[in-house]
Amino acid sequence: MSEIPTSSAGSAAGGMSQYLRNHMRDYGLLFALIAIMFFFQVVTDGTLLKPVNITNLFLQNSYIIIMALGMLIVIVGGNIDLSVGSVMGFIGALSAVMIVNLDVPVAATIPICLLAGGLIGAAQGYWIAYWKIPSFIVTLAGMLVFRGLSLWLLEGQSVGPFPKSFQLLSTGFVPDVFGVGRPNVTALAVGALAALAIVYMGLRKRQRNSAYGIVDEPLLVFIARNAVISGALVFVAYKLSTFRGLPNVLVTMGVLTVIYAFVTEHTTVGRRIYALGGNEKAAKLSGIRTERLTFLTFVNMGVLAALAGLIFAARLNTATPKAGFAVELDVIAAVFIGGASMSGGVGMIVGAVVGAFIMGVMNNGMSIMGIGIDYQQVIKGLVLLAAVIFDVYNKQKQR
Amino acid sequence: MQKILEMRHITKTFPGVKALDDVSLQVAAGEIHALVGENGAGKSTLMKVLSGVHADGSFEGEIHFDGHRTAFSGIGDSESLGIIIIHQELALVPLLSIAENLFLGNERARHGIVDWPETFRQTEALLAKVGLREPPATLVESLGVGKQQLVEIAKALSKDVRLLILDEPTAALSESDSQVLLDLLLELKGQGVTSIIISHKLNEVRRVADTITIIRDGATVSTLDTHRQPVSEELIVRDMVGRDLSQRYPERQRMAGDMLLEVSHWNVWHPEHKTRQIIRDISFHVRAGEVVGIAGLMGAGRTELAMSLFGHSYGQNISGSVSLRGELLDTSTVSAAIGGGLAYVTEDRKELGLILDESIHRNITLANLQGVSSSGVINQAEEARVAESYRKAMNIRTPSVAQRVVNLSGGNQQKVVLSKWLFTTPEVLILDEPTRGIDVGAKFEIYSIINELSAQGKGVIMISSEMPELLGMSDRIYVMNEGGFVGELSASEASQERIMSLIVNDRENG
Repeated sequence: MSEIPTSSAGSAAGGMSQYLRNHMRDYGLLFALIAIMFFFQVVTDGTLLKPVNITNLFLQNSYIIIMALGMLIVIVGGNIDLSVGSVMGFIGALSAVMIVNLDVPVAATIPICLLAGGLIGAAQGYWIAYWKIPSFIVTLAGMLVFRGLSLWLLEGQSVGPFPKSFQLLSTGFVPDVFGVGRPNVTALAVGALAALAIVYMGLRKRQRNSAYGIVDEPLLVFIARNAVISGALVFVAYKLSTFRGLPNVLVTMGVLTVIYAFVTEHTTVGRRIYALGGNEKAAKLSGIRTERLTFLTFVNMGVLAALAGLIFAARLNTATPKAGFAVELDVIAAVFIGGASMSGGVGMIVGAVVGAFIMGVMNNGMSIMGIGIDYQQVIKGLVLLAAVIFDVYNKQKQR
Repeated sequence: MQKILEMRHITKTFPGVKALDDVSLQVAAGEIHALVGENGAGKSTLMKVLSGVHADGSFEGEIHFDGHRTAFSGIGDSESLGIIIIHQELALVPLLSIAENLFLGNERARHGIVDWPETFRQTEALLAKVGLREPPATLVESLGVGKQQLVEIAKALSKDVRLLILDEPTAALSESDSQVLLDLLLELKGQGVTSIIISHKLNEVRRVADTITIIRDGATVSTLDTHRQPVSEELIVRDMVGRDLSQRYPERQRMAGDMLLEVSHWNVWHPEHKTRQIIRDISFHVRAGEVVGIAGLMGAGRTELAMSLFGHSYGQNISGSVSLRGELLDTSTVSAAIGGGLAYVTEDRKELGLILDESIHRNITLANLQGVSSSGVINQAEEARVAESYRKAMNIRTPSVAQRVVNLSGGNQQKVVLSKWLFTTPEVLILDEPTRGIDVGAKFEIYSIINELSAQGKGVIMISSEMPELLGMSDRIYVMNEGGFVGELSASEASQERIMSLIVNDRENG
């Protein structure tokens, strides 16, 4: 047995390359995103990172990212949800029928729709958790059922437009509280604060880990990583501030991401979900109520799919029977690109979000370049495959 | 007589364990050769070496079959020479017919198209040979275990078997089914088929075997010719278990305190077959500071007993009561059992005990996350501190508690599992095969931990198939057979012979 000393007694360079090799997946993902952005920035002659396009990137991908948060949890728990695209479309249709056809106030519609999403998740989760019916089958059924129900609800027509207050959900911007307007000081301040918070929390964690001798990343890597992330945040915030400021969905998305990252990494519930996916039998024998937990992951997914449906409908300003078609595949792809494991127990919220951005940037960049939808699909498919092969390769090398 | 098989000086080492140590085995053509020994003595490993499951080169020694040196690289090689193993767990496809099973992978076919009339004709001939009167189209699923066993033998015959190896063929059979099977073996012997039979049922062994080889601790102890000398069961048992118990177990102050755990009239039925009773009216108790062993052969129901006690994790229709310090204990869910002061260290640590891809500290705190969290938020500093303290106390050899458990050796993995359960501060620990697959040094450490727990006044229930371990560690031993307790022995009166004879007697009477 090789005994590796706890402290970084080895040569700094050796330790660092060793560390990077062991964490290839985590850093590789970030590098991939940066490389892809750089590539498209060059080939689109700088269009990709124009303020208006950055704003669009967020608006276009927000619903994918929001659903990727729930999907990550479902997949970490050892299941999959194929119905989210249909559920999202169905909830969009429900909101349109309620607001436009039935004149239900927006303030009442939103909670009712979220509740409906939760109930849909519960209905599917019930069979999966308590009857042990494979999630693939239950949610495949759900995908067909809710696709059909949205058609029925909309009677095959598009329903819209929505009132202004509902559209704000997606296309609204946070007003500049400092009253400057352009550049939008609020956006700048939020960006700077977020960057500071990330660095501060990173430092605290580092301090604590070193106190307990848990192997940590080398200082240089730590500094570089934080510099890149906080730099990117400030850069994006600056770009946004020169356009219309912070989009509402970005705020929703950002807050949800932070909450879900916290829940998965710092709470007992989060820990139990990883245990459930990692080894269900062992989790059960450790006193974890695995059925209830599985059930809840689907309820959560349903609520997030509903939220995504509302945001999507608000952005298009209409509910169409086609809304959400095949979106589940983009969401699932984002989670797997983000490093989650098909067999459960492995994956991180941040990874899923970065994975979704990789998909989003590629969609956006290729569209700007005028690449046909045919090639776009091929390229996206290959990227997904490459990401997973990279994962498997890394795992084999570690053994 | 001519030797059909000679295995010479076979030594097979697994990481940390010497499973076979210079074993030699000679089988004469046309005989029935019995291989007996305790669980873990190395019988199965020897048969795996013979059949090529452990490929040539992964062990030392030579195998000669029919006078030729063999070098099998897989089970296909040995089968092509006519060496066929029938495992304890039958390898039949339940939803295929008898005929389809018999010729699976060996189909009667021309250019890939199955010749069904021929298949059925041959199946009928083979079934007649083994005395099984069933239509060839019968689904294997609908046959009882005894008949399935006969199908397996017919399958072996279809491959022109020369050496038939049966691993515990009668373990799951009723008395009459066993008789049929043993008669068949004798009949096949008349037709010139040589067989090796692995069995715990010594009366059966004595009835059919021409030669008996006894294996203990990975080495051949003796070979007995039943025609030359009368072989008594006592003689076999003595050779199976007789070994000196030198200082392999740490000294302990034996002291039994107040009554801690009482289980009375515990009954459990099979989770799928409502009518099959797995645990039969078991009552027992554990005092504070006591180490209580449960002995029994594989399939006696020891793990099922433990799992049913621990949150009804096994079986259905469970009845009986559990009380701790005189107060009735709710064990209907795992979390209730843990809360009540029970802990269960599973037999299979990889499948049931650990989350292999997770770190040591995450595994240690899993069963008691409340212990490191407040209002649902985990205090990761506290968690690291807890893990670190167990790393030191249990001497888990790892560079850091952030290490993934999959990278640890078996002994260290077991210490992680123990840490996990100790962190739930249990009153009674059920340890199921706590030293399986662990090297001698780590075993001693685990024993020391067990002694320390008993010194703290905790009750320990130890299930083990290694009898010396049970004898060396326990204050009292319950002997279990076929779902019930068939005897209770104090440390002073317990011996391997007495345990074995309790089991054997029960089998003969039952």
